Amino acid sequence: MRRLGTMLIVLFGSTFIVFNLGANMGDPLEALRISQDPKAHQLILVMTRELHLDVPSPIRYFYWLRGVLAGFVGQLDLGRTRDGLDVIAQLGDAIPTSIRLVALATLLAIVLGISIGIVTALRQYSRFDYAVTFYAFLCFSLPVFWFAVLLKQFLAIGFNNFLANPEVTTPWVIGLSLISGVFWAAVIGGSRARVWSIFGISAGSTAGIIILMGAVQWFTNPGLGIALVGLFSIGAAVAITQLSTGLSNRRTLYSALSVAGLGIVLYYPLQWVADQKHHFQNGLLVAALFAAFAVAISFVFNKIDRGPAVRTSVITAVIVLLLLFVDKLMQTWPGYMATDAVNYRPVPTVGQVNDLLEPGNFWNSTLDTLMHLVLPTIALAIISFAGYVRYARGSLLEVLNQDYIRTARAKGLTERTVIMRHAFRNTLIPLTTIMVSDIVGIIGGAVITESIFGWIGMGSLFRGALNSLDLNMLMGISLVTASLAMIANLLADLLYSALDPRIRAGK
Amino acid sequence: MFKKKNQSVEPTTATTEGENAIANKEIEGLSQGQIVRRRFVRHRAAMIALFSLIGISLFVFTASGLHLGSEKHPITVAGWWHYSITDLPELAMDGCPDGTVGCPTLDLLPPFIDGTGMQIGDHPFGQDDIGRDYFALVMRGAQQSIMVMVIIGLIGGLIGTVVGAISGFFRGWVDAILMRFTDFIITIPFIMVGAVVGFKYGNLGVVVLALMLGLFSWTGLARLVRGEFLTLRTREFVDAARVAGASNARIVFKHILPNAVGVIIVSVTLLMSGAILTESALSYLGFGVVAPDVSLGLLISQYQDSFTTRPWLFWYPGLFIISIALCVNFIGDGLRDAFDPRQKRRITKKEREQARVAKRESKATA
Repeated sequence: MRRLGTMLIVLFGSTFIVFNLGANMGDPLEALRISQDPKAHQLILVMTRELHLDVPSPIRYFYWLRGVLAGFVGQLDLGRTRDGLDVIAQLGDAIPTSIRLVALATLLAIVLGISIGIVTALRQYSRFDYAVTFYAFLCFSLPVFWFAVLLKQFLAIGFNNFLANPEVTTPWVIGLSLISGVFWAAVIGGSRARVWSIFGISAGSTAGIIILMGAVQWFTNPGLGIALVGLFSIGAAVAITQLSTGLSNRRTLYSALSVAGLGIVLYYPLQWVADQKHHFQNGLLVAALFAAFAVAISFVFNKIDRGPAVRTSVITAVIVLLLLFVDKLMQTWPGYMATDAVNYRPVPTVGQVNDLLEPGNFWNSTLDTLMHLVLPTIALAIISFAGYVRYARGSLLEVLNQDYIRTARAKGLTERTVIMRHAFRNTLIPLTTIMVSDIVGIIGGAVITESIFGWIGMGSLFRGALNSLDLNMLMGISLVTASLAMIANLLADLLYSALDPRIRAGK
Repeated sequence: MFKKKNQSVEPTTATTEGENAIANKEIEGLSQGQIVRRRFVRHRAAMIALFSLIGISLFVFTASGLHLGSEKHPITVAGWWHYSITDLPELAMDGCPDGTVGCPTLDLLPPFIDGTGMQIGDHPFGQDDIGRDYFALVMRGAQQSIMVMVIIGLIGGLIGTVVGAISGFFRGWVDAILMRFTDFIITIPFIMVGAVVGFKYGNLGVVVLALMLGLFSWTGLARLVRGEFLTLRTREFVDAARVAGASNARIVFKHILPNAVGVIIVSVTLLMSGAILTESALSYLGFGVVAPDVSLGLLISQYQDSFTTRPWLFWYPGLFIISIALCVNFIGDGLRDAFDPRQKRRITKKEREQARVAKRESKATA
């Protein structure tokens, strides 16, 4: 409750600052003052009265605040834009767009950044570490608008050209296999002979997979099919069990594998479900089914210490569901590519949805939304990704120097338990604080990204408001961003106490 | 994958002691400042970055000279490059590939690779749409970026340190008020504050813009400095100074500030590299430096559509932004390593071997 009070005070303060800045930015009537229109004088008087321009800005702020406070009795009023449109309605359209952009980018950056950061910390001072460090600094120094133009040019147009005529050429095969070989060799590491063998295996298998994919026309007609979905699900079950409890914990392994099995068994029934109406409800039902099954099966297999088993099975269930979802999207791909609106250029460079795409087909429009998200998300994520890599690395190194890690090692725990149970969780604690400032940063970054990729979200509204000196619109946007930042702050605090028992005890 | 991690993460105790001995021997009898300087000079990436940055700055500032002040009151010192940003030489119409105009004349490849000789030519970076020399434009833009970076760094650093120091040292209601105020500003995305400020002050020249941006960029630093002061003021040496009758000013400037200077310097460098990106982003959006003056962000936004036909108009400004920001980031990283007392220098195999030999020899002589 006290925290809520502080939040409101901060919200009040930051909107007050923005209001005064915005109000003194320029004269909103300038265009009218110099215009020759005989009605200009009339209009000036009207606008002055409506926008209270005759009142000094610190006092005018309270007129605006009155509208916001009315929100508590259900009559939120953020005023009107200069064109007479309702600010709330405009924001209502823009907020989901921006959140879609920001949320996916943040999620991607956090997951990838933390995992790569942890690998670099475990391989401190290796070549991989140096390479990632350099790459992270490069990302820090990258202007997002510059990078976005490169993305548009090379990724979108290049990839579209490739997909128009998917032929796997030898240089690409060699290049990609070399990259994958170097990557895996650097990540896994070890003695020289081992590094070379890992390099050989991963480069060879990459080359093989790419050639095979080209041979079976996978790029024009992608899909996983029941065999690959099953294979990947089982692989995911094994990998997650290895990370969370170790393969020696047979009971957990069995429950994770059963979840993967459920995915395989339900593959064909789910194909049928996916073509029915009410996709959203059906999706929720299927997800609930999987979750319930995951929890139940781990209770069946495990008599004691059920927590880790439940966690493992639920994570496996999420991955299996994702695989099924991706598979369904891939099946939609050829049809989507062939539609007139797409016409075999699937990676768009501007816009948030393809207006020409005929509505009604759920899978097509989902695919469409996702394809439009690709470039902006990469542009946004790549920069905060670098931050997470650095912080995760620093944080894990700090933790690994602690006494309790030494104790854990000394009492003979496996390296996996030490890293995943003792070190990893504590690494996340300082990272939660960074997430908050990062989310504020990403919202700011979205202003630029949206304008490059032609999205109509908060960023473009902000730009428009600034150019037309539209104070009400500006205030609406800053109210929303400030509230988002506050909510992120609150979430981080909650996460903090969930991760760090000391904070809970201190309360 | 999780089996053989021991040697990479934590050396065994015996070698740790040996390494400590090597590391300690090096810093015997040196002051804190000397140790930091030594560590920084050893940081290879940071040193390369430092010299490149000095090189870039000298090159950029001497090339087009200094142009300060606003449009009405210019302060000008000429540079060695024979075009300025206002010159309009004739647009080179031929000699370019694919029928484009105004392509770069810079050719760094020696004759045995591409057959033509190395040359700089009249327009090394090419020309823009109306024939202005692109080298002069990029130089001017890079100059602006460096100036913005330094001014924001100084102002943000100064205000941040003062605010953080005051609230960390005095605590109580002063702290509460100052920190709430910091929160007010921190919740507004910097690019938004920047845009509002830039919209009003962008046309007054880059110095005014940087000054105004600096007034809003101190918040992160203030929080860090406050945290540092809060921990330092409870330390024994501060108590000792107070018992000895030192005034508040003396305690702050003689005892606490020198210990907090590492945090301050490191975050100021990070602030600076962020400042370059912010300025160019603002100019890109049209809320920063405005025409007829140029900035790297403005150049990119003007010519991003020419990328397919005349890519050099896009590459050069971007490369300058990246190289300046990259240098500053690496310097910051080197400084952080240098100031961090827990940071152990990586002991190479060779040094370990040498230490072992030296130890054996000393035993033999004894």
